[in-house]
Amino acid sequence: MKRVCAILIGMSLCACDGAKTTPRAIAGADPGAGRAAMERVGCGACHQIPGVRWPQGKVGPSLEGFADRALIAGQLPNQPQTLAAFIRNAPALSPNSGMPPMPVTEEEARDIAAYLYTLDAR
Amino acid sequence: MLADILSGWPPPALDPAGPFNGPIVTLSWVLFAMSGVVLLVVLVATGLALFGGAKWKRRLSGRKLIWIGGLVFPTVVLSALLVYGLALTAHLNAEPEPGEMRVRVTGEMWWWRVAYLDAQGREVLQDANEVHIPAGRPVTFELESADVIHAFWVPPLGGKVDMIPGRRNILRLQADKPGAYGGQCAEYCGGPHALMGLVVVAHEPGEFERWRRSRRAAPAPSDALGQRGAQVFADSGCGACHTVRGSAANGLAGPDLTHVGSRRSLGAGILPNNRGTLAGWVADSQTIKPGNRMPAYKMLSGGDLQAVAAYLESLR
Repeated sequence: MKRVCAILIGMSLCACDGAKTTPRAIAGADPGAGRAAMERVGCGACHQIPGVRWPQGKVGPSLEGFADRALIAGQLPNQPQTLAAFIRNAPALSPNSGMPPMPVTEEEARDIAAYLYTLDAR
Repeated sequence: MLADILSGWPPPALDPAGPFNGPIVTLSWVLFAMSGVVLLVVLVATGLALFGGAKWKRRLSGRKLIWIGGLVFPTVVLSALLVYGLALTAHLNAEPEPGEMRVRVTGEMWWWRVAYLDAQGREVLQDANEVHIPAGRPVTFELESADVIHAFWVPPLGGKVDMIPGRRNILRLQADKPGAYGGQCAEYCGGPHALMGLVVVAHEPGEFERWRRSRRAAPAPSDALGQRGAQVFADSGCGACHTVRGSAANGLAGPDLTHVGSRRSLGAGILPNNRGTLAGWVADSQTIKPGNRMPAYKMLSGGDLQAVAAYLESLR
């Protein structure tokens, strides 16, 4: 009985672990289109982004493992709405960030956020 | 990445967009076809020599074949191709017509200095990394180099011509239709040679006149962020290398930035141009294009960087 309990507990822990890293779904957003939009506007000039081969800038943080990060720019909760807003107009949310407003539409910002949420640590 | 702003990237060399590239493409296809035929004949002969009957083997090992296939055939065919090629391309480096538009492009490490000339050859307008021309008319390019040997090549519009220090080479180009055509330095010139791109923009003639009239001194920025950016630009000494006409910046070592915000690309044809890539370039162009002559401005705060990027974007 003890052994069964242990197995059950182990399985449930596994399940929790799995749930934690499930990419945060954004309704109607297309990660592939997001990656293409990032290449079009040149996000790589400042960030290393897995899936974007060149350039791999170092001005801003690497976006590897972004889905697992708790905070955006070290100060905002890493939630889809906030992330999409930050992508479009970072200075409005974080005035001292070096990241300027980016020329992407609201839809593209959601697509980009969706792509970033596919980047987990493993 | 630049496919959105250029009609074709990488530059399509076999897709002519003007009369000065057509003959080169024709000649290329003739050469490809000829070498294809010769390759086929050689392969068939090799096959027969290896697997054919005794008769074929005897024929293919004779001295006559060496005389014909090794000497007469190449001499005749290559001579004919030479004459054909010269006839086809002779007019490409003919003297330009008087009164034709003249542009001087100077190869630099690792960008292009562009100057528009008047009829007397005086520079009337300086710019960088982007050449504007009217569509449907030939334009004379005077090609020079400031340092090492570069080569000017806009594949859809014409052949490549070397830029040699102390020498002026002439190239005529014409774009039949308006559009943005990608170019590339085509002679290894060190370091980030592969990241030395170029954009040639062809306009409808009326649109081209409007463009030319719009090339006055850049207006001072109107918003607070842009004004702060102009101040940061001045305080950081950017004017030692860059010119912004209408401001105190008058450096000549780097690209003229008077209209940098209106360019289609950044970093000499390699990045899309927007406030974000401008900020990334200013803060750390060395990671993007290692070895280029602009230092990374890592001392700027986030706010200052944003302001400079806003100022540069406003220079249209």
